[in-house]
Amino acid sequence: MSSAPPASIDATLELLKGGDYIADRSLATVLYLALKLGRPLFCEGEAGVGKTEIAKVLASALKRPLIRLQCYEGLDVASAVYEWNYARQMIEIRLAEAQGVHDRGELAADIFDERFLIRRPLLEALSPHAEGAPILLIDELDRTDEPFEAYLLELLSDFQVTIPELGTIKAAQTPIVIITSNRTREIHDALKRRCFYHWVDYPDLQRELEILKVKAPGVGERLSRQVVGFVQELRKLDLFKSPGVAESIDWATALSELNALDLDPKTINDTLGVLLKYQDDIQRLQGSEAAEILRKVKSDIAAQPLG
Amino acid sequence: MDALPDIPAAPGPEERPRGKLATNIVHFARTLRTAGLRVGPGQVLRAIEAVEAAGLRKRDDFYWTLHSVFVNRRDQREIFDQAFHVYWRNPRLLEKMMEMLLPQVGVPADPDEKKLSRRLQDALQPGQGDAPKGEEEPPEVEVEATFTVSDREVLQHRDFEQMTQAEIDEALRAIARLRLPVPERRTRRYQSARRGPRIDFRASLRRALRPEGLVELRKRTPRRRPPPLVILCDISGSMARYTRMFLHFMHAITNDRDRVFCFTFGTRLSNVTRALRYRDVDIALAKASSQVEDWSGGTRIGQALHEFNNKWSRRVLGQGAVVLLITDGLDREGAAGLAEEMERLHKSCSRLIWLNPLLRYGAYEPKSQGNKAMLPHVDEFRPVHNLESLAGLIAALDSHPPLAADRQLASWQTELRKE
Repeated sequence: MSSAPPASIDATLELLKGGDYIADRSLATVLYLALKLGRPLFCEGEAGVGKTEIAKVLASALKRPLIRLQCYEGLDVASAVYEWNYARQMIEIRLAEAQGVHDRGELAADIFDERFLIRRPLLEALSPHAEGAPILLIDELDRTDEPFEAYLLELLSDFQVTIPELGTIKAAQTPIVIITSNRTREIHDALKRRCFYHWVDYPDLQRELEILKVKAPGVGERLSRQVVGFVQELRKLDLFKSPGVAESIDWATALSELNALDLDPKTINDTLGVLLKYQDDIQRLQGSEAAEILRKVKSDIAAQPLG
Repeated sequence: MDALPDIPAAPGPEERPRGKLATNIVHFARTLRTAGLRVGPGQVLRAIEAVEAAGLRKRDDFYWTLHSVFVNRRDQREIFDQAFHVYWRNPRLLEKMMEMLLPQVGVPADPDEKKLSRRLQDALQPGQGDAPKGEEEPPEVEVEATFTVSDREVLQHRDFEQMTQAEIDEALRAIARLRLPVPERRTRRYQSARRGPRIDFRASLRRALRPEGLVELRKRTPRRRPPPLVILCDISGSMARYTRMFLHFMHAITNDRDRVFCFTFGTRLSNVTRALRYRDVDIALAKASSQVEDWSGGTRIGQALHEFNNKWSRRVLGQGAVVLLITDGLDREGAAGLAEEMERLHKSCSRLIWLNPLLRYGAYEPKSQGNKAMLPHVDEFRPVHNLESLAGLIAALDSHPPLAADRQLASWQTELRKE
């Protein structure tokens, strides 16, 4: 059985924490509003800050089915909403002819029937579910093109889709919609206006430490403090792609797999590829700059022990 | 943050946050709108609804509640933040200011609009539109900066002369003729067609239901559309003569096709795309000109491209975008870092076209450091000698470059790479 949505912003914060997601208060506020008022949540942010994770955690915490639509260029109605099962339709026509049905109208009503409809994620999200309203994750919306975005407008404001042969299908229960975007292009204002907007930012030092504690529990406290300190410093640099939270978790896990207890310049040089994904950035960091940052992080930690 | 004693009309438990707070939210929304955020009445209603849902126990929650409704893009956060703190500390003060600032009924909103537009003047005085050009133009008081590389960062605003109807007509005609040297790109979407590589089952089945008997197979063929176009335009002192024309060109092309993004750079990079989307060319140019701060100053091409690469390239260079770079390649920093940034730009777009409008002499040689750094990383090079009109600009961009030009570019590139 599904759980009821949280009753307050604090409850939302707790709910996410229960699913191992350490959110800040701004995210909890927006999420609470989206749940309470039944409107989509639009999350934008750099790659690897945990946008997709929100939907996953929410689904498991509320015990709702998660329906995911991964967007890509050329995504069309046939693969996002519905498609007719043409092979079965053709067999049906053959059968009808064999039985001597010649009334075209009857035949049309027969083959454009729900039995021949293949439901894709968006239509699936509107169908009734025993566990309650599902969570619909529309992931990386910026990867599709504008026509698909326009198609979503009807779905997101009225929670209905129109199939010409069948008519309009309205949602059984309003699904909880979460849209993510990496900003590889701007999403149109008309779509954003229908949603609550949230920019998912990099976490601050305290919160990133907490995240690491939950997500990489095997990593020693000293090492994770240094990892987080180092990553936070990197984000202040003018890099082509700053490391996200996912990268710091990966890095911490990788370092502990290598049995490192303490960061040193050589280990950093060897494992920088886990953290930075562009050759220019790696080249720039390797050697003296990384050592410099590490020195700064260590002196910061010495000056301000864990608290 | 702590509880909020200073939010006006904080309601008691039984009182719903209608009334005064709603009024305040309306006024707050107006403040945001004046500050340039796109806030409509629909959003105001949703804000009131959201505040009702979230409650008013914490100032922080209130902040993020309004934020989630009013802010649509990341760059609006700053304005929202400032407006929030000023407004909800002392809305009275702000209201007073607003009363003074906001237009009263019956008074024209924009003082600029009181000026008779050039087009209206043209319309009132026909026949005088053919006056010789020299008389129409105000005396040039600008220092001729062409071919010099400025050292200073000069921040200044510029007012452009309004467009005449003849200029607008010419631009429209020229843009209609424009065929960029960019083939239409095959998309991953299909359209129904008589012939094509794939069968359109849906259309075929629908046809099969018609009473003609035979089933005719319909086909699908990939849809084609022009790729996004990104224009990077140099507006530094050395290009000052052409700036107005380039802006007009960018405006015309922005309004002619979709997916066009325009940036200007001198000492800093500005995205003027939204400003140029205004249909009216005078308003669009005025908006763009107030947004850009470095008219006719120095040039730091390397730095501008660095900013573009870091901040914008991932947002506008998707889906096979084509970049049109308009600059003379004269760089104040001695081309520091320019080659690297050009290389990155070249690698992240599908085609990079460099238009160099500053050829005083017919023959071009890549002599300056900037030119040397840039030339190896372009797909196409269009030098223009004696650029005088929009039509000339568009002719320079015409789809069929002379074969000799391509060969010339290739030979320069091999030479420069050897160095």
